[in-house]
Amino acid sequence: MVTDPTAELRAEVDRLVDAARSGDRAAFDELVRRTYVDTYTLAMRLTANEEDAHDVVQESYLRAWKGINRFRGDAQFSTWMYRITANAAATLVQKRRRRRTESLEFVEEPVDVSIEAQPEAATESSVGLEELARAVAALPPKLRSVVVLKDVYGLSHEAIAEDLGISVAAAKVRLHRGRKRLRDVLFEEGGRSAHAV
Amino acid sequence: MRCEEVARQLPQTVEGTPVDLAMQTHIESCLRCQAELARYRRMLRALQQLRTRFLEPSPSLLAQTLAALEEAGERQAVRSLLSGRRLAYAGAIGGAALATAGTAAALIVARSRRRAAVA
Repeated sequence: MVTDPTAELRAEVDRLVDAARSGDRAAFDELVRRTYVDTYTLAMRLTANEEDAHDVVQESYLRAWKGINRFRGDAQFSTWMYRITANAAATLVQKRRRRRTESLEFVEEPVDVSIEAQPEAATESSVGLEELARAVAALPPKLRSVVVLKDVYGLSHEAIAEDLGISVAAAKVRLHRGRKRLRDVLFEEGGRSAHAV
Repeated sequence: MRCEEVARQLPQTVEGTPVDLAMQTHIESCLRCQAELARYRRMLRALQQLRTRFLEPSPSLLAQTLAALEEAGERQAVRSLLSGRRLAYAGAIGGAALATAGTAAALIVARSRRRAAVA
């Protein structure tokens, strides 16, 4: 009999979620161990800051533990965690931005991620995604979060709007602007950086 | 339709959202816009690939996260304990007040009965 490792993994996560919902902290800790790299990756993509990403991961799991009984299981646990993480990141970024506006040391320098700026990178086959990741990180936070949630993680406009506390129309506008900005950075001057992706 | 108008709409149509006939006709006959559409599609495919490119967190993250959960659990337990004690204190005070009131009422009734008997 052939077993599907993905299905087995999902079944194991479902079992842990059920146990956590009945108050089993050890089961929830095991869920954290199995998913924290994924959650951290999303937090980093959303905040583009190591310290913020750490805070977002901790806050997300605290919220998840408090709200585990609200997880109905009609979506995957990972998708539920993405939404909690997106919401926690939006809250934290807003708070931090208010604190940082006065401080010049946090003014981000524009990042030139084009291939011409790093000619040695063009020779490496895997460099495209690295360049893209850096270009995403350099997007303004409001555009970055929508591009990451929609184009990288595949969340719906409605879910994104709800998690970020904006309207669906605003989410669509931000996505449009984010993609355009990304395209301009990666394919600057009509294809000069066309090998970036 | 002009290339500039098509370029403005491409970011939202690149996922396969239906486009109007004028735009479709223009793209079919314009190499520049076809190239632009191809760039957006390439960019979206690459963005989707980022989903499985995991970033390595610092080794302390897991331990810190589990410790934060532990601490939150303890705080919750202390809060429950305190609110339980508060309830117990409130119950005891309420009980004592009721007992005092009951005793006072009994004394008043007894005194008024004695007076009635003497009269």
